[in-house]
Amino acid sequence: MSVIDSVSLPRSLRLPRIDGLIQWIVPLAIIAIWQVASVTGFVPTRVLPAPSDVLMAGWKLLLSGELVRNIWVSFWRASIGFLIGGSIGFAFGLANGLSQLSAKLTDTTLQMVRNVPHLALIPLVILWFGIDESAKLFLVALGVFFPIYLNTLHGIRTVDPQLIEMGRIYGMTDGELFRRVIFPGALPSIFVGIRFALGIMWLTLIVAETIAASSGLGYMAMQAREFMLIDVVVLSILIYALLGKLADSASRVLERLTLSWHPAFQKR
Amino acid sequence: MQTAVRTSLPETELASRVNFAPHARIVREVQTSGLPLSIRGLRKSFGSNEVLRGIDLHIPAGQFVAIVGKSGCGKSTLLRLIAGLDKIDAGSISFGQDTQPKDIQPEDIRVMFQEPRLLPWARVLGNVEVGLGRDRTSADAHARAEKALAEVGLADKRDQWPSVLSGGQKQRVALGRALVSSPRVLAFDEPLGALDALTRISMQRLLERVWRDQGFTAILVTHDVAEAVALADRVLVIEEGASLMMSWFTRAGRASAARPSLRVWKARS
Ligand SMILES: Nc1ncnc2c1ncn2[C@@H]1O[C@H](COP(=O)(O)OP(=O)(O)O)[C@@H](O)[C@H]1O
Ligand SMILES: [Mg+2]
Repeated sequence: MSVIDSVSLPRSLRLPRIDGLIQWIVPLAIIAIWQVASVTGFVPTRVLPAPSDVLMAGWKLLLSGELVRNIWVSFWRASIGFLIGGSIGFAFGLANGLSQLSAKLTDTTLQMVRNVPHLALIPLVILWFGIDESAKLFLVALGVFFPIYLNTLHGIRTVDPQLIEMGRIYGMTDGELFRRVIFPGALPSIFVGIRFALGIMWLTLIVAETIAASSGLGYMAMQAREFMLIDVVVLSILIYALLGKLADSASRVLERLTLSWHPAFQKR
Repeated sequence: MQTAVRTSLPETELASRVNFAPHARIVREVQTSGLPLSIRGLRKSFGSNEVLRGIDLHIPAGQFVAIVGKSGCGKSTLLRLIAGLDKIDAGSISFGQDTQPKDIQPEDIRVMFQEPRLLPWARVLGNVEVGLGRDRTSADAHARAEKALAEVGLADKRDQWPSVLSGGQKQRVALGRALVSSPRVLAFDEPLGALDALTRISMQRLLERVWRDQGFTAILVTHDVAEAVALADRVLVIEEGASLMMSWFTRAGRASAARPSLRVWKARS
């Protein structure tokens, strides 16, 4: 205990659990200001409905079951697309990180494909798959593939060669070396890839559902636009934001659990 | 027992030890678990850069040898060859008696580097267990690792992550990992090079103690001549061009200022 510590505020005077709450201050403040601006007529409700109106619209959709169904459809597409693209990206990242031959064979091709914005493929994908589920899954998987591939590859390539040599000196087999040295060493980078991929996953899904879908959140928003239901449009956007935040938090929790050895995740 | 032999050798016997008189060797080998080591005509080049140009060296079992020399003269290269980490261009390195070369196990030879090379994602005890090699999965792995950790004075840190340890403590964990398989040859490549002066002194004491306790053959590469003199039975100097100039040092002579304790002559030129 330093002198500074002992003269600072006693525990009871500090705000309890402030760390967990502090991140919500700004979003809540924005909603409060928004509500006030709408109620006072500063912002016309044709442009932006009040948060309370959005909440009401959400409640109605919730009662009709439409909201849950659409969220579920979008969530399902996002997860399946992420799993497919993520596993393929991870597999290629592993292969190219561990094998020179594999890297020579596929890396250049993959780098070339990477330079095509995957959303530019939407017309082609519609021609191929129509507005079927597979169209959305394909696009999400393609979008998720690259950040996971690149970061897995980078993670494996940047594992400290001295640690790998240490593992070999101490008689680790290839399997042990991978499990105990290479994979844990690449994990922080893989998580960076996952966080990037989650962002791209939502972006791709919104665009795909807006353009070519008959269900899901993006479809709900487009339908609402046709009927001028601006509160439902805003609701869809907010739900996207919430789901995005949720996915990010989930990956952070996972990161905290698996990287507890990392100095950045240690409690002082 | 070992100390008694080292400190009580009369002057004449010292000289004979230096010349590898057979009886002196036998005396050491009875008491040590270390392996003797013979290097003959060892050569190593990297491309056109010939780093080692014919090294001849015999290290009796259980001896503590220090190798000093300017930076870049090939000390690490020599050590890596001894540890089997790089390929020999020409010449030979053999362990055990010349007449009956032994089949050595990988666990018999361990290296310690300047960097601790600990796995950041394994706890201290897990890092020490890595040193067991193929015995890692045996039932007594935990107990052996704990014993090695106690030997280097870090028993209370067993469940810590390496990132919270100081530089000296990390190096002690690395020493524990090297010791846990009870190696018969332990090679050190500037193991204390990155430590501050005070930590270095306590680490030197620790190295000397574990060497006395366990009796392995120790090969220490260092750029610090004082450290070499403080720890080793015998100091070797690698010169430009990698010919070996040999210096002899005896522990018995260290305490006495009256007689010259360091004798130097050129073995090869
Ligand atoms: N893997 C390598 N490839 C090429 N050159 C090397 C390699 N390892 C060492 N060398 C060269 O060999 C020489 C001796 O290096 P080293 O044994 O590390 O010296 P020291 O440990 O005595 O400082 C240096 O000139 C170094 O550049
Ligand atoms: Mg060196």
